[in-house]
Formats: sequence, C-alpha cells, structure tokens
Amino acid sequence: MKTFIIIKREYLTRVKKKSFIILTLLIPFLFIGMGALMGVIAVKGSSDVKKIAVLDESNMFPTRLKDQKKVNFAFQQGSLDSLKQHLDKDKYDALLYVPSFDKNAKHVNFQLFYNEQIGMETENDITDQLNEIITSERMKEAGINNDQLKIIQTESVNLSTKSWKDGTESSNKISFVIGYACGLILYMFMLFYGMSVMRSVMEEKTNRIAEIIVSSVKPFQLMLGKIVGVALVGLTQVLIWIVLIGIFVIIGVPMMTAGMAIDPATMNDVAAAQASDASSFAAVTAILKSTNWVMIVMWFLFYFLGGYFLYAALFAAVGSLVNEDAQESNQYTLPITIPIILGFVIMSSAIKDPNSGLAIFGSLFPLTSPIVMMARIPFGVPAWQLILSALLLVLGFLGTSWMAGKIYRTGILMYGKKISLKEVGKWLIRK
Amino acid sequence: MLLSIKNLKKYYATQKAVDDISFDIPQGSIFGLLGPNGAGKSTLLRMITGIFYQDSGDILFNGEKFDAAKHVAEIGYMPEERGLYKKMKIGEQAIYLAQLRGLSRAEAESRCREWFQRLDMTTWIDKKVEDLSKGMSQKLQFVITVTHKPKLLILDEPFSGLDPVNANVLKDEIFRLAQEGTTVIFSTHRMEQVEEICDKIVLVNLGKKVLDGSVKQIKQDYKENVFSLTLDNPDAVLPTNIQLLKKEQNKLTFHLNEDTNANQVLQHFITQGNSILSFEEILPTLNDIFIKIVQGTSNARAFTTV
Repeated sequence: MKTFIIIKREYLTRVKKKSFIILTLLIPFLFIGMGALMGVIAVKGSSDVKKIAVLDESNMFPTRLKDQKKVNFAFQQGSLDSLKQHLDKDKYDALLYVPSFDKNAKHVNFQLFYNEQIGMETENDITDQLNEIITSERMKEAGINNDQLKIIQTESVNLSTKSWKDGTESSNKISFVIGYACGLILYMFMLFYGMSVMRSVMEEKTNRIAEIIVSSVKPFQLMLGKIVGVALVGLTQVLIWIVLIGIFVIIGVPMMTAGMAIDPATMNDVAAAQASDASSFAAVTAILKSTNWVMIVMWFLFYFLGGYFLYAALFAAVGSLVNEDAQESNQYTLPITIPIILGFVIMSSAIKDPNSGLAIFGSLFPLTSPIVMMARIPFGVPAWQLILSALLLVLGFLGTSWMAGKIYRTGILMYGKKISLKEVGKWLIRK
Repeated sequence: MLLSIKNLKKYYATQKAVDDISFDIPQGSIFGLLGPNGAGKSTLLRMITGIFYQDSGDILFNGEKFDAAKHVAEIGYMPEERGLYKKMKIGEQAIYLAQLRGLSRAEAESRCREWFQRLDMTTWIDKKVEDLSKGMSQKLQFVITVTHKPKLLILDEPFSGLDPVNANVLKDEIFRLAQEGTTVIFSTHRMEQVEEICDKIVLVNLGKKVLDGSVKQIKQDYKENVFSLTLDNPDAVLPTNIQLLKKEQNKLTFHLNEDTNANQVLQHFITQGNSILSFEEILPTLNDIFIKIVQGTSNARAFTTV
C-alpha cells in the first residue's frame, strides 16, 4: 500500500541522517558523563584547605576545635586589635574571634574577619563544629554523656508505605523519581518529534513537492505516512537508549564503584554513608525489584504513542498553514505547545499529591493525560481511571487526526495569502 | 476521446475560477490550454489530476468517470511551480515518486535508469537535488513526470524558465511521446510554442472558454484577408479593391476587400507588365488572436463576490 512506501521513506531519510545517529548515541553518553562528573565533584570537592586563625578568649575550644579536611585551625594569643593588624594575611584566610561567653545563653555571636570570603561551605563547617562543641558541653553539664547523646539523636523512624488493599510495599520517593522521569521524557519527545513533523510539512509546502505527491496519493496518506514514520524514528531512538543504558548499568556501574575504591578517603565517606543507610538501601532495592516494570514500560509506550499521535496531527495541520514566513509559524505553534507545557506543570503538582482532583483531571484530559497519567502510574492508579484515560486518549488522537486531515489537504496547496482561522473553520465543515 | 470535460465549474469565495467549461481531447493529440494569467488554467488542470474537486460538472477519462485513485497510474503531472526534496538523492527520489504512481520497486528502478540514460543524466544518480543547476533539475522533473508511462501527460507551463536549448529538448520529447501514443495537455502563454506543436487548442479567459479548435481552423476563422506581395516594380498603380497597409521597398502588405478574389489582384499587376516575385496570405499569429480576444478585458483578475 502506498502509505507504507511513504512511511518507509520518511523513516529511512531520518534514520540515515548523520545528526540522528550522532544524537542518539551521544545523549546517553552525555548524561552518563555528566552524572559521573557531578559525582566526582561531589565527592572530591575543591581541594582548597582554608586556614583559620583563632583567638579564643573563652578558652573553651583549643583542644576541641579539630582540623577538618577543608578547614585548619591555628590558635593564637594576643589582643584582637594587634592580631587584626599583624596577622600574616598570606598564611591565614580568616580570623575567628571567640569572646568569653555564657554557655547557656540562647544566642552567641562569634566573629570571623576575612581576607576574602571563605565561602558558605567553610562557614557552615565552622559553625556546625562550634555548635556541636557547645551542645556537648551543655549536655555534659546536664549530665548526659556522648554515647547517650548518640542514641538520643538517631533518626529511628522509617515510614514504610503499604497498599491498604494488598499490602504491597511501595515508596513515594521512588515513585516520585520514576514518575517525574517518565513525565519529563514524554514531554520532551512529544515536543521534539511533533516539531519534526511540522518542519517536514512546511518544507514540502514551501518547496512545492507537496503538489507532486498529492497528485499521486491522497493528502491524508502523505500526512499519516509522515506521522507514523516519525513515530518509528522516535521508538527506534528510545529502544537504542534503553539498550545503551542497560549495557551501562550492567558493565559500567561495577567499573565506577571499582574506581572509587582506589581512593581510601572516598571509600570511607561512601562506606560511612552506606553504613547509616544500610537498612534503607536494602529497602530501596527491594522496592525497585518489586516495582512492576513491565506495566510501567507498557503504559509508557502507550502514552508515548498516543500523546505523540495526538500532537503530531496538530503539528502537521499547523505546518500546512504556514507560508514562506517562518515568523508566522510561531503564532500558529503556540496554541499547541501551551497544552503540552500545561501538562508538564500539572504533572509537577500531581506528583506530590497523585490523587488530588487536579491530578485526576489532568490524567483524563487527552491533551495533558500522557504526561500527567504517566507520572501517576508508579504510585498506583485505579483501573477505571486508566481505562477511561486510555479511551479518551484514543478518541483524542482519532479526533485530531480527522481534523488535521481536513486542514492539511487544503492548506498544503494554498500559497501566498495568509490563512485566517475563520477560513480554516470552513474547511472543517466542508466535505 | 481520451479526456472529456463537461460543464466544469469551480467557484472560490472571491472569483469564479472555472465557470462552465467543456472540451474534448482526442487520444494521441497535443493539446494546448491557453489563457492570460489568472484565467483559471491551473485550477482546471488540478481538477483533471484529481488534486481539486469540481463544484459541478463531469470529467470523463477514457469513457468512464474520472477517479483519481483508479487512474493515478495513467496520468503524469508536472505542476507549474516545480519542487523536489532538496536533500534526497536524485535516483532515490525518482524511484520513490514512481512507486507512488503505482510502479513496483523493480519496475521503477529499471524505467528510471532508461530515462536517465536517454537524457544523459546517469552521472547524477547519487547527487542531491540541491546540487543541481536549474536546467538539470528541470530535466529531472520531466523524467519524474513520465517514468510511469502515463497515457495522459499534463504539463502546467512546462517551458517557463527554460533556456532555448532545453526548451527545444522538451519540445522534441513531447513530440516523440505523442507519436508513441501519449496524449499531452500543456498550459502556456508562449504562443510560438503552441503554433509549433499543438494540434488543438482551447483559450480560456476569466474562467470561461473563449476559443476551441485546431490551430489551422482558428487561424482561418480569424484571418483578416491580409496578403503580402513582392513585385519587381514597386511603383505600380495599385488596384482599387485593396487597402494598402504597409510598403517596404518592393513588398506590399495589403488588405483585400470583401468579395474580391486574390486572382484579380494578381491579374491587375500581371496585365501591367509587372513581375510577381512572391505572394502569400498572412494568417494572424496566435499571439495576435490572443491579444485581440483578451484585450478589452482587464489585465489582472479582480476580486469579486461570487
């Protein structure tokens, strides 16, 4: 059938393009690279060690204020004024002045005189340490020792969320991440591929090849062939990414953790962090394993295709109305991108309260449902809502395709004059 | 009759683009559709190719009602504004478009190869359309139009933008195809070409048909009895039954009165003792006829409410 010939051509021309191959292979590596880079920065941080001179008139801190990885303390003697004048500015980054103070006072103000700003991180480091010391002093005077303090301070409560009906455990936080990621990906894809369709339609109109094709096939076949072809390109890209990310997870992660083990300091940090989260880490893995990935992937594909088809039809219709002027196209594209963005906005709120009225509305309304419903699915959605949403989406894309067909077939041959929306309305009514 | 148009109408909101036009085109003929800009030619042709639907009237193709889907493989169409996918390779593009006309992939490949060879285009097969010069892309456009051996070839202003050499190549191809049985319609306002090639013409103006007939017939219909006579001795006494229009050295151009026979004029000069060097009837050119008919109507089509 001729539509297949068109689909084949639309698919092959795009997939063979250098830009497609490069982009598809590059983006996962880019993400991985960025992620690795962020990880390294977080762990190593800046190697700058700040040297702080301390004048302690309360005499509480000399033995207790300890050198940290990034902050070194050196205690001085003398008066504040003479230190301010004579302190070797090359040797020290700042001067910490601790006057004598009342341990039990509610607010104590110390002062830090700096050469250059020492930065928020160091500031917090210092403040935290000072606070810790004062707190433990107060504890000592109240009769509590350090070990008792540790027990008091352990965060021991972990809320484990389970479904009322069947007791399966899930985590709001994990669902949040999955939901958000899916919603974001859908948003980007619908926008990106929808615009690809639009640009292709515009090209065919402005360089007049549309007329030649339309003398051989019905305009609707050309439009449909193009939309389906681009959909296949999108699917190909997603599949390649899934495969690449899968390979990375299986091979790459062990490599990365092996690399981190070489640096003992890093290992200690990681080990320390892991030790405290040991129990929650196990819980997280358990929840990840029990998440119904099959269901999520299937719904992802459904909403990807459904949402794409709905919007691609609209983009095709808009592309057929535009004349040579590229500026004009923005005015036509805006009404279509607004619901997509709206969907994203609703999703961001729905993800915090997946069963609110707004979330339910957003996941049923066909223009926003792909993004919103997809984000809700990891949290569990009542079956009737899923079915209703799916049905409405199908009706939605059938409707937009029908509408787009009527607009497209007249629009692509209409050159020269600017097409008003009123005229477009007439085309919809005409046979 | 390969193609019959009966009472075709297409009205737009601002003008009657095609207003009750009928004509027939016999198989194997070369048919010219003439008219000034805005006359309705392109709209008419698009209805014949199935791109537009008529508001009323019938189109008969080979005796049966025209059905765009059914007859698509038998019609070839080259629109006035020519366009192709810029970034697609030529060979691929020709095959793709031939497939859309109904050829199988294998057939499309072999036919395209044939035509490329015939028109010296084999070295371009892997080039992209954007790398071609204008003349080359026009050749390509033509090949794409005829690859699938259509019975009816519809060309909208095929000569526009062609240099004389390429215009000639195109003319020869049209002749050759007509000889092989293809029926050709082309719209134009280049009258010289029409006189050279067309068997039959139809002239439209403001959406209506104004002339219909063979080129010979129309010239006869519009002749004004003008003759040109070259004499040995130009300073001769002229007969009374002529009106002298022009005199260049010894060539006289004159209008012959009604009821007068050309023989009488020749006789007059022969009796004088003058020698006749040449004598011929000057038929009006289609250009003249065209202008005469279309003059009086405004040059551009006005917008009216329909």
